[in-house]
Amino acid sequence: MINFLPKQLFFFDPLAVFFLVVIGLVCVPSAIFSIGYLRAESLKRKILSWVLLIIFAFSMCSVVLSGNMLLFLICWEVMSLVSYFLVVFDFKQEKSIRAGIIYLVMTHAGTACLMAAFFILYNHAGSFDYAAVKQSFMLLTPQLRNIIFLLLFIGFATKAGVVPLHIWLPYAHPQAPAHISSIMSGVMIKVGIYGMMRFFITLLGPGPAWWGAFILALGIVSCLVGVIYALMDHDLKKLLAYHSVENIGIILLGLGTAMFFGSRGKTVVAVLAMCAGLYHLVNHALFKGLLFLCSGSVFKASGLRDMEKMGGLIKKMPMTALFFLIGAMGISALPPLNGFVSEWLTFQAFFSGVLESQGWVKIFMVLSAAALAMTSGLAAACFVKAFGISFLGSPRSVRAQDAKECGFSMKAGMALLAIPVILFGIGAGFIMPILLSISRAALGVEKADISVRLLSVLPAMIAVILLVIGSAVFLWFRFGLRNKRVSYNTWDCGYYSLDSRNEYTATAFSKPFRIAFSFFLLPYRKSEKIRDSFYHVRKFTYETHTTSVFKRFLYEPLLRLIYSTAFKMRKLQPGSIHLYIFYIFATLVGLITIAAIF
Amino acid sequence: MMPINNLILVTGQVILLVLFAPLVSGFIRKIKNNLRMRKGPSVLQPYYNVQKLISKDEVISRHASWIFLAAPVIVFASIICALFLVLLAQLGPFGNNDMAILIAAFFVLGLGRFFLALAGLDTASSFGGMGSSREMFISSFAEPIAFVAVFVLCMSGADTFRISTLLAGFAILMVTLAETSRVPVDNQETHLELTMVHEAMVLEYSGRSLALIELASHTKQIIFFILLSWYFFPSMTGGVWGWVIFPGKIAIISLAIALIELSVAKMRLFRVVDFLSFSFFIALLASIAAGLGI
Repeated sequence: MINFLPKQLFFFDPLAVFFLVVIGLVCVPSAIFSIGYLRAESLKRKILSWVLLIIFAFSMCSVVLSGNMLLFLICWEVMSLVSYFLVVFDFKQEKSIRAGIIYLVMTHAGTACLMAAFFILYNHAGSFDYAAVKQSFMLLTPQLRNIIFLLLFIGFATKAGVVPLHIWLPYAHPQAPAHISSIMSGVMIKVGIYGMMRFFITLLGPGPAWWGAFILALGIVSCLVGVIYALMDHDLKKLLAYHSVENIGIILLGLGTAMFFGSRGKTVVAVLAMCAGLYHLVNHALFKGLLFLCSGSVFKASGLRDMEKMGGLIKKMPMTALFFLIGAMGISALPPLNGFVSEWLTFQAFFSGVLESQGWVKIFMVLSAAALAMTSGLAAACFVKAFGISFLGSPRSVRAQDAKECGFSMKAGMALLAIPVILFGIGAGFIMPILLSISRAALGVEKADISVRLLSVLPAMIAVILLVIGSAVFLWFRFGLRNKRVSYNTWDCGYYSLDSRNEYTATAFSKPFRIAFSFFLLPYRKSEKIRDSFYHVRKFTYETHTTSVFKRFLYEPLLRLIYSTAFKMRKLQPGSIHLYIFYIFATLVGLITIAAIF
Repeated sequence: MMPINNLILVTGQVILLVLFAPLVSGFIRKIKNNLRMRKGPSVLQPYYNVQKLISKDEVISRHASWIFLAAPVIVFASIICALFLVLLAQLGPFGNNDMAILIAAFFVLGLGRFFLALAGLDTASSFGGMGSSREMFISSFAEPIAFVAVFVLCMSGADTFRISTLLAGFAILMVTLAETSRVPVDNQETHLELTMVHEAMVLEYSGRSLALIELASHTKQIIFFILLSWYFFPSMTGGVWGWVIFPGKIAIISLAIALIELSVAKMRLFRVVDFLSFSFFIALLASIAAGLGI
């Protein structure tokens, strides 16, 4: 037990420092935002919130900086528990408690897998240190390595919200206060990705090619499933939570491609893909953090999260609307903002993958690219819905009518995230070399022959062309033309009393998608008519819902199984002390046997 | 990589093509009318329309915000920018860099579409919302096809006739019908809420904003025709000779589009998914062919 305590406590390498920067980029603006967001709370709760926030931020920093598995696990657990308390911060709401329980169960199931993997690794390395683990891993049998890979993957994927382990995100993110959702979605789920990068690439990699292909395939599933669910959801924060699933999928596309080609020795593709993954990671942290803060600002101003009751907020809260628009453009990968650059890089990684491979791998790469293209198209549709229904048009409820713009600290918090969203797009030329060197260091590649000239020039060039033509046309319209602009009613086909009930709703907007993806969404309707007589319907209610496939076909059967086994296991507790002593003995024998095998 | 004289050349081409773009729309309309045994307006009619719209006053909805006023400018700028990128890619031999530029061009087109769809929702009219929803729906299915087709082009190159590029060309042709609101998917000639897609989205626009949007639509059409010409007329882009035969290529493509529009009926919105899925499988076949090197 002498080397039980690890020698290496902290570990600074480019990857860890990169994650540290990402944590800082999101946590600081969110903390500033929380000053305004928590203004109405009592002093006690304010202090509680700040203490938890600081512990949360530090625990995430220590996870990414820890140099051994023991410290990693401790900080990981602190991070999970503190974030649980932050999710249930509004503990008076039943929904929060429920969301908290789902989160707690999922995250501990993941942690259990991580612990199992870490102890197997410890058993062979004789130490928790990363360096020792790295050396001993190469000597293990392939089966054992694959088991460790799967255990680690389940552990990290639960935290990251990879489909089908994403189930907790749409519960936990909406219930937490906005600045916490922003940190959880922007950064905490990225710590799961950090775990994958640290273990699968720098410590245990390069693994067999199927590891990469597996992660890539799950990335495809995650990004499509995430965005389709997001399109169906009209709760602003739930929609954003589903988009986190989607974006984690896009990050995994980069990571999976990097692992796949890394194991085949195609270092140029691997570095490019890794770079794309890292770039999308920081981008998602920025725009998702921003969007959650904006949704918090809307919630503070109107008490609304349901998009169907919003509308016309751009006139009441112009700054929040502008920030939300910037975030929406970022996440929809519109040039010249940051999301565009990283998705574009991912496409380039896929294309170099196509050129560098043979046979079915080419088709796999083309399909991945098609999936990403579809995802980005659907994401754009979803954010047209999110921004268009909530901020444009006319107000659909009194609360939306009476909304007021938020205070200075909230605006400052949002601005601090909105500016980098723009800068990381236009300034891609400055970011790329840094990310390339991080990727090279992570993959252990000395030199990769990647030209960044086009990458550096093009986003800025697009920005310049758009700006020149846009301003030329604008000036011509403003000063070159004499004719008038008249304000009048929206055309209403001669109806003459158009109001907000005539507006297109979020449900209507997403209807074509609901029909096209009905094989997966399994939509159903509920309608109820209250009649005075056969001819006169007094009240008609109509609801449309979609079925959560994962909940119904995966989690509910699993829960039923657990309950039924629990009922059967009651018989094991008859109250006889002799039997209990036997159990202890049997467990001991069992444990020794397992220890001998692994 | 991008010498300055290339940039000047491409800028010149962009200006010429923007001026030339309405003529193509007028030409297609003329062919359609002649085949229907009608006389129809002059091929220059799109120019007259733009001029008329610019000289008129503009009516703006009371509900509209700055998004509504900014959208036409952004749409126009983004489509010009996409045209610029497409012409820049045309200079190269369709390799790695040109793939990146072409993909970027599609993203830039997405920018314009995003703002136009927002503008549709901005006026609190259900027509606009309907159009926005349908436009985003169709484009999200069309985008993967276009990307796969670009991959195929850059895998095979456009130097000679190949099975892969021809197949991809058919896929892109179907995407062109969807993206330029042509008949089996949309119909430019009608204003009926059951069938409108693009027209519903821009229904609230008038005056100079509408002129700008129309000009942008004509230019977008030219972008897709240029893409098509690479697939169906390979190795005929470069040099002076390329410029001489360019109007001929566009005329042949316009004729094909006009014939398609006349010979098929408009599809129900949800049939468009089948139409585009079919197109996607053609594109996928093309990528398999490209992988085999044929």
